[in-house]
Amino acid sequence: MFEKALEGSKRYWTWLIILAAISGIGTLYYLKQFQYGLGLTGLSRDVSWGLYIGQFTFLVGVAASAVMVVLPYYLHNYKVFGRITILGEFLAIPSVIMCMLFIFVDMGQPTRILNVLLHPTPRSVLFWDSVVLGGYLFLNLLVGWTVLHAEKKEIAPPKWIKPFIYLSIIWAPSIHTVTAFIYAGLPGRHFWLTAIMAARFLASAFSSGPALLIILAMIIRRYTKFDPGKEAIQALGKIVTYFMLTNVFFMGLELFTAFYSGIPGHQHPFKYLFTGLEGHGRLVPLMWTSAILAIFSLILLVNPSTRKNERALAVAAAAVFISLWLEKGFGLIIGGFVPNPFEKVFEYWPTAPETIITIGVWATGFLILTILYKIATTVKQEVGESAHH
Amino acid sequence: MKMNRRDFLKLTGTGTILGLAGLGLFERVTEEAIAAQFSKDVKALNARRWAMIVDLRKFKTEEDYKRIINACHSVHNVPDFGNPKDEIKWLWTDTYEHSFPGQEHEFMPEWLEKMSIPLLCNHCANPPCVRVCPVKATFKSPDGITQQDYHRCIGCRFCMAACPFGARSFNWRDPRPFIKKTNNEFPTRTKGVVEKCNFCTERLAKGLKPACVEESNGALIFGDLMDPDSEVRQVLRKEFTIRRKAELGTQPSVFYIIGGSENV
Amino acid sequence: MKKYVYIGIVAFLVIVTYPFWSAGKAKKPEPKLDTPEIQKLVEKKCVEPKEFMKREHMKLLNQWRDAALRSGTRVYVNSEGKEFTVSLQNTCMKCHSNKKKFCDECHNYAGVKPYCWDCHIAPKEEEEGQI
Repeated sequence: MFEKALEGSKRYWTWLIILAAISGIGTLYYLKQFQYGLGLTGLSRDVSWGLYIGQFTFLVGVAASAVMVVLPYYLHNYKVFGRITILGEFLAIPSVIMCMLFIFVDMGQPTRILNVLLHPTPRSVLFWDSVVLGGYLFLNLLVGWTVLHAEKKEIAPPKWIKPFIYLSIIWAPSIHTVTAFIYAGLPGRHFWLTAIMAARFLASAFSSGPALLIILAMIIRRYTKFDPGKEAIQALGKIVTYFMLTNVFFMGLELFTAFYSGIPGHQHPFKYLFTGLEGHGRLVPLMWTSAILAIFSLILLVNPSTRKNERALAVAAAAVFISLWLEKGFGLIIGGFVPNPFEKVFEYWPTAPETIITIGVWATGFLILTILYKIATTVKQEVGESAHH
Repeated sequence: MKMNRRDFLKLTGTGTILGLAGLGLFERVTEEAIAAQFSKDVKALNARRWAMIVDLRKFKTEEDYKRIINACHSVHNVPDFGNPKDEIKWLWTDTYEHSFPGQEHEFMPEWLEKMSIPLLCNHCANPPCVRVCPVKATFKSPDGITQQDYHRCIGCRFCMAACPFGARSFNWRDPRPFIKKTNNEFPTRTKGVVEKCNFCTERLAKGLKPACVEESNGALIFGDLMDPDSEVRQVLRKEFTIRRKAELGTQPSVFYIIGGSENV
Repeated sequence: MKKYVYIGIVAFLVIVTYPFWSAGKAKKPEPKLDTPEIQKLVEKKCVEPKEFMKREHMKLLNQWRDAALRSGTRVYVNSEGKEFTVSLQNTCMKCHSNKKKFCDECHNYAGVKPYCWDCHIAPKEEEEGQI
């Protein structure tokens, strides 16, 4: 099936070369970071995680794209999603790979990565995160590839794949839950010490993943001969609507607890993010952009007339995606470190090399995504054509 | 036998995985044990839980703080980068407000507001940093010291996020050029690992008290918290002491006696 | 088609065996034991017999590392009952103060790069020729 990725239009190859080039530049800067150390980033003793871990956290959410189409199709027999389950699964794969790459570029001693396997430590949430992420990657590869292969041969998928499909549905929430536990189990980080952290992760995952899927489905319809279907896109729109509402609601819960209780430690990170604290407020514009985009997206999504308009839906999906990217990729991580354990404000801002490495990882992800989608759409299109004849 | 490409790939793939697994197993089995033993120095100081009391009444001048910090940082080859972004510190000072956040108020006496408080790893009995480390690079030793194994640390910095006391520093770059005078008896660290106070475990092994304690003129009291007759226990029986963020349940082993109004 | 398969196989074999035939005949290193500290010893013996050290020093060093740091046992009692302080920097390198001749030459020959010296401080050595 892989041969489908090896023949394509000039546009396809140009796009791949551009992505490969960006990925290559990122790799060069990574080598520089490897040589010099993580001091090449904007990180410090006070803000010891930043852009890389933020991207990792956000992308764990995007990986939920798979379960949001697989679950309705297999558990509720929602036939409309039959055409796009493969798109969900094939989006989850590069998402998880990007998560792993972001963890890798964030490591101080990357050559010792196998220590995680040589000295397995079940009491550490990071150990479990590597288990659930690795498992999710494997399941989506296995299920996506096997089902698509059967479709290519125009036969029913093998029976043995069914248990893996159900397992992948149960498995999906674990990646968000365990990733949330990285943060929610730490004493002394007020911003993260919240029981609804995992619930917030699920809500944002179930909105950001399908939101990206909506945009990708529209791109596919425009540039390939495969049509994921209007109805499927509309159904995804409803999913995004409900979970984005939940998202904003959960954020409101956090604000209520912090500000009605009046506990200063719980308020400080919110103040730092949205108003600035002690004269420092580098994240304020980003956080307001995120908040405004969230509200804006909901206006478009909740209103049926705009949601049913595909152009408006695309804008809403992009707004959801960017809003959550800012909220998870910047606010959530940096808000946990500012103010620091001494209640002092020491700010963080990514450096140029750090940004280039980040863009490089994204390019790598999109490179994999393009190849996978090329395979999937070509197979779908060919099967569709032979059915017509 | 005719074989298609798919089956060939399956077969060679499985073979490779089995081969690698076998190799790993072989390495494990052939790891040779050495017929020798390890023991402790007879002079070594032993405890079930090392603890420290910082008696702030005995810190009188700026010099008193500098002396203990220099003792610690020079014996352990702690670098001085001269900027807060790369900063590494094992023992340092901060104000009361920042050392005990939430305990301060607007009407504090001036001496308390201005007082410097020595800060270091609390060697908690229930340390979150140890709990989160994915490779056991940071671990509790039987004498209660929270240790850091620089050979094993992968530099994920989960421990830095977990520590509520800001006790941990990361080597953002090669520290060696920034060590003013190297102590040749102790290693430096390499870029990419986390480090912090080790309660001078290498000195305890030789029968010496921690370097800061030795230089403190009695302002730092060090001993076994589990020994009812130890000096720390005697002082704790007599004096009112507080610990940093005790409400988090990490059970810090560093206690503070706040006082020193007579010093102003 | 078959032609390409054979060319491929040949190319593969050339690349795989490259390290073996490209290295040439490097001179086998002889670790030097001639240091002032070793000269002072009455009985010129390492912590364990020479043959054992030659073969197993890397494993022994790993054991030393874990014993000192992780178990807090910093005294090594060797197979003859003699005691040594467990320390690469302060015990091993006190005798073997000629790191370049004693460690590096062999490690370079074997193509291994132990990361000991990223942290442990190597003894100060005179420049080449003055030893």
